[in-house]
Amino acid sequence: MPATGGRWMFWAGGLLFVAAATATTFLVKNEYPFFAGYVVLQFIVLATAWNILGGYAGYVNFGTNAFFGLGVYTAVFLFRAFEAPLLVQILVAAVVGGLLGLLVGLLTLRMRGIFFSIATIAVAIIIETFIINWKFVGGATGMQMLRPPTMAPFDSYVKMLFVVNAILVVAAVALARYIQGSWIGRGLQALRDDELAAECTGVPTLRLKLVACVISGALMCAAGAPNAMYLSFADPASAFNLNYSVSALAMALIGGTAHWIGPILGAILLSTTQQLLTVTISSEVNVLVLGIMLVLFVVGAPEGLIGLARRLRVSAKAKEGAS
Amino acid sequence: MSASDPLLRVSGLTKRFGGFTALDGVSVEIAPGERFGLIGPNGSGKTTLINCISGALHHDAGTIAFRGEDISGLAAHLRTRRGIARSFQIPRPFKSMTVEENLAVALDFAVSGGHGLTVEAQHDEIMSLLDRMGLGSKAQTPSSALSQVELRKMELARAMAARPKLLISDEAMAGLSSSEIDEVLALLFTLNGDGITIIMIEHIMHAVMRFSERVICLDAGRIIAAGKPAEVMADARVQEAYLGA
Repeated sequence: MPATGGRWMFWAGGLLFVAAATATTFLVKNEYPFFAGYVVLQFIVLATAWNILGGYAGYVNFGTNAFFGLGVYTAVFLFRAFEAPLLVQILVAAVVGGLLGLLVGLLTLRMRGIFFSIATIAVAIIIETFIINWKFVGGATGMQMLRPPTMAPFDSYVKMLFVVNAILVVAAVALARYIQGSWIGRGLQALRDDELAAECTGVPTLRLKLVACVISGALMCAAGAPNAMYLSFADPASAFNLNYSVSALAMALIGGTAHWIGPILGAILLSTTQQLLTVTISSEVNVLVLGIMLVLFVVGAPEGLIGLARRLRVSAKAKEGAS
Repeated sequence: MSASDPLLRVSGLTKRFGGFTALDGVSVEIAPGERFGLIGPNGSGKTTLINCISGALHHDAGTIAFRGEDISGLAAHLRTRRGIARSFQIPRPFKSMTVEENLAVALDFAVSGGHGLTVEAQHDEIMSLLDRMGLGSKAQTPSSALSQVELRKMELARAMAARPKLLISDEAMAGLSSSEIDEVLALLFTLNGDGITIIMIEHIMHAVMRFSERVICLDAGRIIAAGKPAEVMADARVQEAYLGA
């Protein structure tokens, strides 16, 4: 369980992070850094959410795009039908994502390994097909979203969305950190190592997996909700793009799945690189880089950046001891 | 529940895998505090029987009652919480955890109000268990770095951390040297001395014979002999089942 001092440090850090994000929106005039930063923050949320089920519990979810896209379209629907404000869009998307997580969990969590992963891909295809055939939210051609007037104190909508994502990041990381340090995290870790042994040691494996699925799904869906307004446009092909699934998974694995800091590091490293490459070379190259980095890490540092750091620390200590 | 009631009552237990009947109407009663041996040749249904008792498998017919309550429909983790703990024939540690964390899982989940314990209280309880098992110095060792005998002891310790009333030891001595067997046997005796009922499944005959007050022998899913160890060993059908006379 995290020490009380650590908890204060964490919340102070989170508060400082949101304050700094807000402050920069006043200091920096150019909109582009926020346009790019939004994506980095979005991927921190997605990778953190993915890690709760994929890293802690060991259930590899390939359906991040299902949850993300559903979040986008929850926002589109709410805006189209009721002109609901952004906050409502995000909160409702979180609830919808949690419900989808529960449903997917109940249907698929009795499957292990590759079968679970395949089932999650199927979920994405089912939901995307449904949206493509739903005229009210624009169908296959998508839908233009008219941004409402920018809210004070922000001078641009993108800057506001950047701060919104900063808050989502703190919420997601706080949840992941809480789970990791609590008995829930210990139960998930036990069932990841050995599900039968966990069950026979008193761990309610199905219930814990459902909890992980619900929280992970809610966060992914919430991350998708601001995206429609961010792009001023929503279409099924980009909202349900498989890239979201691959990226979230790659970022968590590259950062390291054992600790909540891992997905953050992975998401920053990968999505910053991708943003830079998109600007300097082309948006096609960034997919290639994702693949290359994933291969490099799987071979060279299977426990991600945190594993690498731990190994370096251990060998540095050994050197110190030797000299 | 009166004093004469059995702790565990298995009646008419049947388990089929497809067309194969692994257990065929097995009935057995185990008294509180008893040291009970379960023997039988390979494939006779011993592990299937304890998988059904612990809830790892669901049986097809018959009932299992524990402390007077029918637990037939309960999931494994609920049976553990009611007081049935087990070790596994091939050790199944939580590999990414230290020895202490392995035991903490049991305290967190199997003991009612267990995750409400303070960190210190958990640590103290785990350390006193590990010391008894002779694993005190290994508390912070990753369980993936343990030797075979240490793994077996940790499995027993993890089962004990669930504060069970019935401990099922599934071949905890397989593959151990004779001095290690004596060590594990001594451990099981002390646990039993504390009032824990123990079912021992074992191929190492001298260990079962020394340990058990009562033995049953399974063959092809049926009980072919039951009674005192010496009587069961002398039974012609048991000798036939083992030696294939």
